[in-house]
Amino acid sequence: MTPSIGGGVASALQLLWVLLAGPLALGLMRKVRSRLEGREGASVLQPLRDLRKLSTKQRTRPTDSTWVFAAAPVVLVASAVVAAAFSPLVTLSALLATRVDFVAILFVLLLGSVSLLLGALDTGTAFAGMGASRAAMVGAMVEPALLVAILAMSLGVGTSNLSRLVGVGVTTSTLAGPARILALVSFFIAILAETGRLPVDNPATHLELTMIHEAMVLEYAGPDLALVTLGESARLVLLLGLFANLALPWGIALGTGALALVGGLLAVSIKVGLVAVAVSVFEVTTAKIRLFRIPELLAGAFLLGVLSVISAVALR
Amino acid sequence: MTFRIAVGALRRRSRDAETFEAPSTPAASAPSLHGSLQIRHVDAGSCNGCELELASAFSPVYDAERYGVRLVASPRHADALIVTGPVTHNLREPLLKTLAAMPEPRLVISLGDCARDCGEFRGAYGVAGSVEEIVAVDAHIAGCPPRPSEIVSVLRTFTGQ
Repeated sequence: MTPSIGGGVASALQLLWVLLAGPLALGLMRKVRSRLEGREGASVLQPLRDLRKLSTKQRTRPTDSTWVFAAAPVVLVASAVVAAAFSPLVTLSALLATRVDFVAILFVLLLGSVSLLLGALDTGTAFAGMGASRAAMVGAMVEPALLVAILAMSLGVGTSNLSRLVGVGVTTSTLAGPARILALVSFFIAILAETGRLPVDNPATHLELTMIHEAMVLEYAGPDLALVTLGESARLVLLLGLFANLALPWGIALGTGALALVGGLLAVSIKVGLVAVAVSVFEVTTAKIRLFRIPELLAGAFLLGVLSVISAVALR
Repeated sequence: MTFRIAVGALRRRSRDAETFEAPSTPAASAPSLHGSLQIRHVDAGSCNGCELELASAFSPVYDAERYGVRLVASPRHADALIVTGPVTHNLREPLLKTLAAMPEPRLVISLGDCARDCGEFRGAYGVAGSVEEIVAVDAHIAGCPPRPSEIVSVLRTFTGQ
């Protein structure tokens, strides 16, 4: 398939959607969390206000840091929007959607995580280094779980392409099966760990000794911090959007017509909203697990993925 | 069971939160903040009375977060520094370093009577001086300790929410 204008429009739409939906999803999750804690909580639009203010503030740099520290937030945002442009979020017919497989998309996202990790190491502070080593530990166990989970789903369909994988779900009714359900559970646990949510990491913590992701961004200020927040929230909605479309593919646009794109946009926003609310409810009712327990949780997610692969092969 | 509790909490407005007299429209707001205020707190030698009230201001009862105020873990992320207590010799240097680490534009808010004039601790051998003798102060919240409602209403003048 040659790249088309419609595909370009769809990719641009998806790219802008993750940048806007990211902060809104963050606001929604904080709102649900506040209400469940018996508080009124900040407005859903508060993360957008925070970003607007941060973009006008001074940019500070630790004295011994190099270009690695400065480049990390930009690479993080770039990796999230590039992955979003080629993923099946709003439509199945985004630019290059039929050429790019799930390994490419996950590895582009990995580029963002690694750059943030290197940026944290570059500051030379104790807490950032500790956060980076923890993030490397969690990341090393999350990546195989993510890959095996999607591999299991792709085995049943016979393609490693995410758009075809979601498309098969729309057109046929072969969704429910042990392989797919096991793979989705594994994928969901891996997403929680990858995006630094409870029970793996607490995004609202003030205690440096319990931090994983927060410890890595302690030194960023002003526009750099705005980029880090934007990039992190964009990859959160991207991963939640991929999960939602793999679990409930209905509503995604098949083509790139104007009406189909608007419908697809509404569908993905509603689905991601529902998944985000579910994640918040889960977060309020659970406690953070000890750092040395995280390998057990992620090994469990990996095991579910392997079981899913076995059942996909056995039931074929 | 968990689901029913969750739905109940989502539907309930926080009733107790309105028990204090909050100003209907905040007096002034800092336009450069765009309705968002991130705070770093430094205890420069306080008796912890002010800390308890500051923690209360962010509790479910007073919930300062609904007005766009948030406590953050790093001075790099903060717009305002809240300082409590008289400044002791040991905390003088860390206070100056924390302020230096904050990006411009930055605010300093002193909290409690000790921060203004050292209160009970004036002239004590461990005390270097009041907060404004060490750093420039933009706003002061009076009281020993200040009520959480007063803390919230001063913070609201900065966020304008």
